[in-house]
Amino acid sequence: MRSIYLLPIGLALAINAQAENNTNNITSNTFNPAISLILDGGYADYDDEFELPGFQLGGEAGLPEKGFGLNHSELSISANIDNRFYGSTTLAIESSDETEVELEEAFLETLGLEGGFTIKAGQFFSGIGYLNAVHEHAQDFADVPLVYAALLGNHLTDQGVQLRWLAPTPFYWLSGIEVTRGQAYPSGDNETGREGRALFSKIGGDFSTSSSWQLGVFGYQSQFDSREAGAHHHGEEEAETATLTLNAGEVELYGIDWVYKWAPNGNPKQQHFKLQAEWMLRDENGDLQFDEEINSLAADYEGQHQGAYVQAVYQWQPRWRSGLRYDRLTPDNTFDDITESGVSTDEFFEDTELNADAAITQVSAMIDYSYSEFSRLRLQAGRIDTDESADNRIMLQYQMSLGSHGAHAF
Amino acid sequence: MSIIQRLMLLLLASLPSLAQAQLKVFACEPEWASLSYAIAGEHAEIFSATHALQDPHHIEARPALIAQLRRADLLVCSGAELEVGWLPLLLRSANNAKVMPGTAGYFEAAMQVDRLDIPAQLDRSLGDIHAQGNPHVQLDPLRMLQIAAQLTQRLTQMDAAHANDYQQNLQKLQTQMQQLLSELEPQLAHLKNKPVVIHHDSWKYLADWLQLKIVGNIEPKPGIPPSPTDLQNLLQQLHNQPVSLIIRSSYQSDKPTLWLSTHLKVPAIGLPATVSNGQSLPAYYRHLVNELARVIP
Repeated sequence: MRSIYLLPIGLALAINAQAENNTNNITSNTFNPAISLILDGGYADYDDEFELPGFQLGGEAGLPEKGFGLNHSELSISANIDNRFYGSTTLAIESSDETEVELEEAFLETLGLEGGFTIKAGQFFSGIGYLNAVHEHAQDFADVPLVYAALLGNHLTDQGVQLRWLAPTPFYWLSGIEVTRGQAYPSGDNETGREGRALFSKIGGDFSTSSSWQLGVFGYQSQFDSREAGAHHHGEEEAETATLTLNAGEVELYGIDWVYKWAPNGNPKQQHFKLQAEWMLRDENGDLQFDEEINSLAADYEGQHQGAYVQAVYQWQPRWRSGLRYDRLTPDNTFDDITESGVSTDEFFEDTELNADAAITQVSAMIDYSYSEFSRLRLQAGRIDTDESADNRIMLQYQMSLGSHGAHAF
Repeated sequence: MSIIQRLMLLLLASLPSLAQAQLKVFACEPEWASLSYAIAGEHAEIFSATHALQDPHHIEARPALIAQLRRADLLVCSGAELEVGWLPLLLRSANNAKVMPGTAGYFEAAMQVDRLDIPAQLDRSLGDIHAQGNPHVQLDPLRMLQIAAQLTQRLTQMDAAHANDYQQNLQKLQTQMQQLLSELEPQLAHLKNKPVVIHHDSWKYLADWLQLKIVGNIEPKPGIPPSPTDLQNLLQQLHNQPVSLIIRSSYQSDKPTLWLSTHLKVPAIGLPATVSNGQSLPAYYRHLVNELARVIP
């Protein structure tokens, strides 16, 4: 009897070497990169087009098409290139009248450099803020917070280099610096192709086995020769003939981001709660040029824009989450040395609404259902209030993830 | 004595203090922290990324974990894709050259032994399956001993100065385990061939060791929670069969097992899937076997 139970130990130790050999079953497709496709689409209903009085919008800011439509379908391919480099690219495919393919990210990153350093190069989402580097499909609401739409054109994405350093501290402390072309909104076209500068630092840790946090501060600055913005018009035809350009401009942006997460005993699968908030301040100035066919107006422009959001998402039972978000934006623009050439100051303000200085607020509520971690259905309702108007927005969204899909960052 | 000799003596004298620098071990689960402690003892500073009440499949790659992995010399995890939902992200975030896959500092326990359930076909519709097979190898003490031997080799390779201590600790663990197995012989004989229902595939390794007969699985597919229909079907399937016990992991919801327990009139038990804080591996296995022997008539 005794020998039966002791025998396996000897056997177990004897077959050690054999087990080791069994693990080397590499096949040719083991080397294929990880491919992930996100299908994202749905239905949207609202009255007013995307307008934020007082802001010169740019980048990707906007709403999904009214009615049925596709949002971003994201195709990502990533892999370790060798033991020193990792590469990743993400394409966003959009389709309304025409199919557009847009490069979201295409970058390489070093692996395991000494001293906790990491270098990233190519086109990437800047490390500033909490949501900036988070792809749309990993966000908790169907649209980005207003402060991201208004101040960063949804995401600050640019081409350049990022150097990050993770400090060897017992708590989490990550700092990074970026030098980029400085071409993407809120910056604009420039000659040197190296005007963008970003800095960020994040610290984080656990409060308890059930809760953790992260706090970040960040800044961005750039100079540009010219930046075109969508001029806001109430009449569709007028919009096509008018342009708003900011020449010889400078932009500076600062912000703070905060995230708190709770999951009972650190098990987020069953239940979890997430509270996040970000605040940003943007200063920009330049020579503003408004052209409407042969008529125009020029002015020295300075804008100080502030925005913040707070959002809470609660998964109260497996598969079901609900969330609430509050957004607030305040524009403050000044115009000096106005030169009227066929466009009066009043007409200019009426057309562009750039003299608006009232706060814009938005409240959004969402509920989503994830059958598995790869499929999600979401219903979101929101109300935006500007000084002049208020609009209700409803969005119904599906997000499906095909193929390999890595975890999302904290 | 020349100056050079004096300097060399001084250098030699300072060596032990250098060698005393502890290895920092990042263990993904408590059982690997316990094993690392059993082998490395005081020569390592050990951090466990998860605790006994956490589901190691679903862990958030939190800042606190990134900070610990950044400073680690050796990572000891189950591997075989158990931590696929969070470890790759942690590794990329910490970006620590010492613990990158393929280096000496990266140790996947499950890959050191033969694994059960290596799938012939990979498809998400089959549930949360692992291409490298079932990763929950810690539930079999015999496999654990193989892993212990491999880990000892790895530690010796990384820190040759304490090779003897590591070897001695390994032998100590082997002796303890042998003593435990002979001590548990009556219980092991009693449990042999008992029919059980499990809640997740992790218990297959325990069944493999104890030669329990698995007659049902509460999860219709690995990692997929059972629907009421799934439970009804399972009940139908089990009605005419003898079942001794229903086993779930302590971190799992007890609702499905209790429901089945009431309808089948068979006891259900929640067992820890890993060691509790500070518990040794032999103590953990003793606890598992004693609990089973206590509940199974």
